[in-house]
Amino acid sequence: MSFSPTLAERRFGFGLSPQIPAPQSVDAMLRGVAGVDQMLADHPLPSFRDLQDKLVLRRRFRGFARKNPDTDEGKAADKKQQEIYRTARDDWTRGFVQIQARRIQTPHAFRERLVAFWADHFTVVGKGGMLRFAGAAYADEAVRPHINGRFADLLRACVMHPLMLEYLDQNRSAGPGSIIVRRRPRWQGLNENLAREVLELHTLGVDGPYSQTDVRELAELFTGMSRADDYGFVFRRNLAEPGAETVLGKTYGQGASLQHIETALDDLARHPATAAHIARKLAVHFVGDVPSEDLVAHVRQAYAQSDGDLMQCYAALLEHPDAWVTPAKNIRPPQEFMSAALRAFGPPQQALSQMEPRDIGQVFHGPLRVMGQPWENPAGPDGWAENDAAWVTPQGIAARLEWAVYAPGKFLDALPDPVEFAQAALGDGVTADLLFAVNAAETREVALGLVLVSPAFQRR
Amino acid sequence: MNQLSRRDILLRASALGCSLAASPLVTPLAFAKAPWDTRLIVIILRGGMDGLDVVRPMGDPAFAALRPGLQDGDPAHDLDGYFALHPALGDLVPLWDKGELGFVHAVSTPYRDKRSHFDGQDLLEAGTAALSGGVRDGWLNRMLQEVPGLEADTAYAIGTGDLRVLEGAAPVANWAPEANLRISPAALRLASLVMEPDAPMHAALAEAEILSQTADASVRGGRAHQQIARFAAERLREDTRVAAFSLNGWDTHRAQARNLGRSLTTLSETVKLLRDGLGASVWDKTALVAMTEFGRTARENGTGGTDHGTGGLMMLAGGAINGGQVFGRWPGVAENALYQGRDLMPTADVRAGAAEVMRAITGVSQTALETKIFPGLQMGAPLGLMR
Repeated sequence: MSFSPTLAERRFGFGLSPQIPAPQSVDAMLRGVAGVDQMLADHPLPSFRDLQDKLVLRRRFRGFARKNPDTDEGKAADKKQQEIYRTARDDWTRGFVQIQARRIQTPHAFRERLVAFWADHFTVVGKGGMLRFAGAAYADEAVRPHINGRFADLLRACVMHPLMLEYLDQNRSAGPGSIIVRRRPRWQGLNENLAREVLELHTLGVDGPYSQTDVRELAELFTGMSRADDYGFVFRRNLAEPGAETVLGKTYGQGASLQHIETALDDLARHPATAAHIARKLAVHFVGDVPSEDLVAHVRQAYAQSDGDLMQCYAALLEHPDAWVTPAKNIRPPQEFMSAALRAFGPPQQALSQMEPRDIGQVFHGPLRVMGQPWENPAGPDGWAENDAAWVTPQGIAARLEWAVYAPGKFLDALPDPVEFAQAALGDGVTADLLFAVNAAETREVALGLVLVSPAFQRR
Repeated sequence: MNQLSRRDILLRASALGCSLAASPLVTPLAFAKAPWDTRLIVIILRGGMDGLDVVRPMGDPAFAALRPGLQDGDPAHDLDGYFALHPALGDLVPLWDKGELGFVHAVSTPYRDKRSHFDGQDLLEAGTAALSGGVRDGWLNRMLQEVPGLEADTAYAIGTGDLRVLEGAAPVANWAPEANLRISPAALRLASLVMEPDAPMHAALAEAEILSQTADASVRGGRAHQQIARFAAERLREDTRVAAFSLNGWDTHRAQARNLGRSLTTLSETVKLLRDGLGASVWDKTALVAMTEFGRTARENGTGGTDHGTGGLMMLAGGAINGGQVFGRWPGVAENALYQGRDLMPTADVRAGAAEVMRAITGVSQTALETKIFPGLQMGAPLGLMR
């Protein structure tokens, strides 16, 4: 088993494209991850700062409108705040198309897959109001710049992002001995949510060597990390627990300080259990639900020997023969399935970017919900399921079939020849049965849909 | 009309090919039926239903002054001389009269003070005392985990939204009536041919075909909640014992008189469709529990609505419940009786009500309820919610 350009695109990218050549070697794949981030430059999204400004502005208009409900100024302010919300929502909806454009046009699709993988590993969902439109900016700013660096830097950027602090209730968590709790006894105290998820989901893993005491101590160490009024990061000394905390046997300094938190995160990143957890997750995500122990060990060693250099982990993953074993085991989750279909069709960029938010909702977001993977809205901090059984459900498969038959006509000017499309989308994966079915289909829509729902397309 | 029994499904499965045997709908092949017969329907009302407007404490002297603008419309239906039912639920009054509709007032989850939908719903569905991370599954699924050997279609999560209350290790079937298969039989045959080499995918498609056909004639058409209710009734008439789904639209910050009425009409239609779909004999052994993440402020706000509050309302329906009563300890809505001077004071844990219903239906032990299903809950004396 060894490298193949087709498999590189299917298993590690978003599938074959009729326009973009597949990478010709593992080195080329790795260079594509390490090099200049052209897709970010070509298809930019509104920044988190931009959303922060909108949040602050909307709050002001809203506050005014509530205080003056019966005046003309109040009514105008209410209109204004609704308009700000709508703009942010439409930006978010259009952002979907921008992200698809990256996935359709990149010659380095492995990079885009890694962004999605790590954004899911460090899942955030904006809680309520306009914060729920912040997912893409978080992925661009906390995840994307670090996927080719050290895990420790990625961990820090994600865990300390204001959206994460809000999502996992860190922003109001106060140490039992903190200034605020001593002054205002009614203030809710410690919240362990982020500390627990950092240990269980982000670093050591659920089977990792930590106890409830470690969770609590880390939660006390984390106190002080919060978000400012303008939704930026702030370290609030009055929330912080004074004194040292001991996590996994190591004691972190006297006094509240961000530096102790950063040191603890670095130590967690360096922990052997983290190496094992990350190695397994990469192998499961890219190769199969039950990867060989040899593959996992190979990636784990690369992690341990390089102090969590992610490029070394990817190199270890890609150089292992298991990475190129066929037949494919994993099923593409719905969002990847949709992106792969778009990449295979290669719709003109204009057609997509001119879609109205309402149409984007109908053609993409609605069907994703029925398939079980609503856009940027996973059910919990553990992100999307990796096991195939979560996706191969009656409802999920029915929704994929419906979408595959009815959606392409809504974003393509002209439907391609189905046989040519099958060859372009699947390469050597076209089977005689599939060709028979494609030729027997009563309409072009159905024929193209059959290509998209074929196991060769859905599995990678 | 085209209602399929499990036996029909099996017969058709063998006609479709063997891979359906791998499908969760028909495994394990030796059917271990759920060891109880009473149906449980759980409805999550997302957005924070205003319990004070749904079941109005007309007999409370402090009530009228709190929300003058919310009682202008049609008169409420008197329930027991003290409480009165929102006019939009008028169609359910006959159920109340028969003892098939009841409420538990002034209940809440242990969630306090932050009043976020997001956290409130997470806590409601997780069934835990606090959001401290780590709990991924929902309480209804944990109840199923207490019954070994259940098959997947014992419980159905219905609809396209996340339904965390039923997520977890116990097998659960999912279906959204919106997941249509609007393609011709010929195209479906070709899709089946294309998927045949992939056994799980092929089985899922075959199952989807059966579900969409079963559902077809009777379920199709109408709005989402109508399809969901019809589909739920159809499964519950068969071997399904638990069905859960959610209804949105309770976040009535403005124009509550209109908006809440609309959502209550949806709820009322849902209940009626379930009752009609189940038929008298199954409705007689059905308990429906509807719960929401929190109640709303006692006072009306400046935009004809109410804001996020604390104490709320649980609704019960079905022939298995001991209805015709408003349960719970009424705290009153006088200024000094309100929670933080603004919300209805919760006097009981909403989880205790759900626990009592499940205990009666499934016989699951009080210990399991208080430690595993709702960790940290103290059930206290039963309210007598079930017949």
